[in-house]
Amino acid sequence: MKTLRDVRIGETARVVKVHGQGRIRRRVMDMGITKNVEIFVRKVAPLGDPIEVNLRGYELSLRKDDAEIIEVS
Amino acid sequence: MSITIAVAGNPNSGKTTLFNALTGSNQYVGNWPGVTVEKKEGVLIGHPEVILVDLPGIYSLSTNSLEEELARDYLLESNPDAIINIVDGTNLERNLYLTTQLAELGIPMVLAVNMMDEVEKSGAKIDGTMLGKAFGVPVVEISALRETQIDELARIAMGTAQKKGHLLPMHRFSGGVEHALGHIEEVALHDQPEHKQRWYAVKLFERNELVQAELGLSTALEAHIEQDIRQCEMEYDDDSDSIIASERYDFIEEVLEKVTVRKKAGDLSPSDRIDRVVTNRWLALPIFALVMFVVYYVSVNSIGAGMTEWTNDKLFGQIILPAISGKLANWGVAGWLQGLLVDGILAGVGSVLSFLPQMVVLFLLLGLLEFSGYMSRVTFILDRMFRKFGLSGKSFIPMLIGSGCSVPGIMASRTIENEHARRMTVITTSFIPCGAKLPVISMIAGTFFGGKGWVAFGAYFLGIAAVVISGLILKKTALFQGEPSPFVMELPAYRWPSFKCILITTWDRVSSFVKKAATVILLATIVIWFMTFFGWVDGRFQMLEASQINHSILAAIGTAIAWIFRPLGWGEWRPVMAALSGLVAKETVVSSLGIFYGFSEVAVGGQEMWTSLRMAFSTLSATSFLIFVLLSAPCIAAISTIRREMNSAMWTLFAVGYMTTVGYVVALMVYQLGIWLKEGMFTLWTGITLAVIGVVLWLIFRPSPKAGSALKRAKAGARG
Repeated sequence: MKTLRDVRIGETARVVKVHGQGRIRRRVMDMGITKNVEIFVRKVAPLGDPIEVNLRGYELSLRKDDAEIIEVS
Repeated sequence: MSITIAVAGNPNSGKTTLFNALTGSNQYVGNWPGVTVEKKEGVLIGHPEVILVDLPGIYSLSTNSLEEELARDYLLESNPDAIINIVDGTNLERNLYLTTQLAELGIPMVLAVNMMDEVEKSGAKIDGTMLGKAFGVPVVEISALRETQIDELARIAMGTAQKKGHLLPMHRFSGGVEHALGHIEEVALHDQPEHKQRWYAVKLFERNELVQAELGLSTALEAHIEQDIRQCEMEYDDDSDSIIASERYDFIEEVLEKVTVRKKAGDLSPSDRIDRVVTNRWLALPIFALVMFVVYYVSVNSIGAGMTEWTNDKLFGQIILPAISGKLANWGVAGWLQGLLVDGILAGVGSVLSFLPQMVVLFLLLGLLEFSGYMSRVTFILDRMFRKFGLSGKSFIPMLIGSGCSVPGIMASRTIENEHARRMTVITTSFIPCGAKLPVISMIAGTFFGGKGWVAFGAYFLGIAAVVISGLILKKTALFQGEPSPFVMELPAYRWPSFKCILITTWDRVSSFVKKAATVILLATIVIWFMTFFGWVDGRFQMLEASQINHSILAAIGTAIAWIFRPLGWGEWRPVMAALSGLVAKETVVSSLGIFYGFSEVAVGGQEMWTSLRMAFSTLSATSFLIFVLLSAPCIAAISTIRREMNSAMWTLFAVGYMTTVGYVVALMVYQLGIWLKEGMFTLWTGITLAVIGVVLWLIFRPSPKAGSALKRAKAGARG
């Protein structure tokens, strides 16, 4: 399964499904990461984590571990 | 008749700016009950009957975070007459997500589309009338920063509130979902008020456990609903909560299609261009260091310190105090009353006032960082380093400021969103040696270590180590457990902050310090003054001369508890009482020791009494003494600030108890291990110390209970 964590910087991916459970899953969906949305991976923080992505016209940062619950194609 | 209007919106949507524009400085800042989240209320300018409640900035009502829970509970339980939902016009898509949820609560609502000036400048267009029709609410296009259309918004909000109707949500989900929702309303919710049914139906469809519990449906009914949900999930090949979230966004996309003309994509916005430099992989940390240096230099070192010194030494030391003492003496006021007024009350007022200039400068700068959007980047840059210790990237700032004075440092923890991280920061900030601890450090360094600089360096290292190790230990305790708040954070566009807004925020924070902490500081200073300057001489209770304070109440307490500190190597009333007197202010430790060893006046480093100190302490016991003074409970001003920020007596007790325990344990380890290594004597206390070290190591390295495994389960689910 390819996840958002695997997407390289500067690439765009399309969300297939949000896995996981609890607050992280809810928050991810609330922030607009839902089925079929396109996510552009902009950069990684200076210490290697978290990452910064662009979706729905705004910038979002999330940890790599949390990016793993987002299945993309 | 009073009207209550709640202001709700995403973080960074300009909510605070709007709230300030609507209420002016007519605000009351407090806390939501039992938590450390700020609660603001204000009166609408020109309409004393209209109360505005500023809800915490939230992205949704799903109760992912404490802020969302507070906002949701407030809206559901307090039933405000209307909601002003402020949305960022430059970021409508995500901002309107919350709007779809708010609309389901049935509370009359006005939509305030903010930042219209920026929208127009970027060449985009928003059709407010069409947007209003889509959501079934009035829309006002505003700029909170430039205060355009604010009166219009207030007028429409008041009108909406006075109608006392119920809002029926306009947006519809797709056929299959509506079918399931309709069914749920029919079987389980027909006895609920009509305007609330949809909210409950959606929550039941999402399998929200809180709502399930609240409604207390029968098992049969729940199973029946579950069947509906399953069927819908099969049809959509997705989970029910995901279906709802997706469809909300689908609805918004559809509306925006009709309502907005978007600016052309592709061009980097000014904000993106700033971020290419500011959060650049190589430049981010140097730039951060520079920003922090400026904040520290301005607030602690130059302006702040200068003003504090002026208030303390000039205003109080040379003008007010001598003037008042002189007057009192002239009038022939009784000695004890003079003492109470000058050494008790005025000294207390002075110490409170001396914090203020520094605090004002600090909060102005922090406000600038917060409102411009840089604070979010601080978290982005430092998260990896700080999260291991249960702290936030933003914890760096309180600790940095704390190296000047813990009081503003602890207050700077306000900017941390996550409550666990905020509490952790409040508890650990005063481990970092503040300016007042430096005289103690230089006294011990001068007396026992030839004044070597590495002692001061070691003190800072000890402070940082105490923060890190506390983080590792505390985050595994039940107090800091519970499902971790997700770190999925918006990086808002950089904006010119509103100067008025920064001023009001600074004013709020400083005045709440004066109201809440200052009174406690004043009282405590008086109590400590009383305990220091009153006592029994020859069996008679009386006021004491400075040279007699070994007869004081505090000395009696020091003598009574001295045995506790025997394992630390200084179990005698003088050092114990000196350490206790540090509660007034840490630099008092030096002057107290001076008095006890017979010197009426000592320099900052206590040079006069080095010989006496060398006789009273060994190098080892002096080190242990220094460690205890550095790490244990901070001064009464800092404790009062902790009380103010924690908003709970229990947490304050815990914080103070924890710090004192840490000070004791570390001093114990250093002293007992030192004795063992130096003199080769293995005593009962050596054994106890080794056992304590074992416990500490276990606390640090034990596996994290529950929360960790929940996370792993979630991930296993993700991978599977």
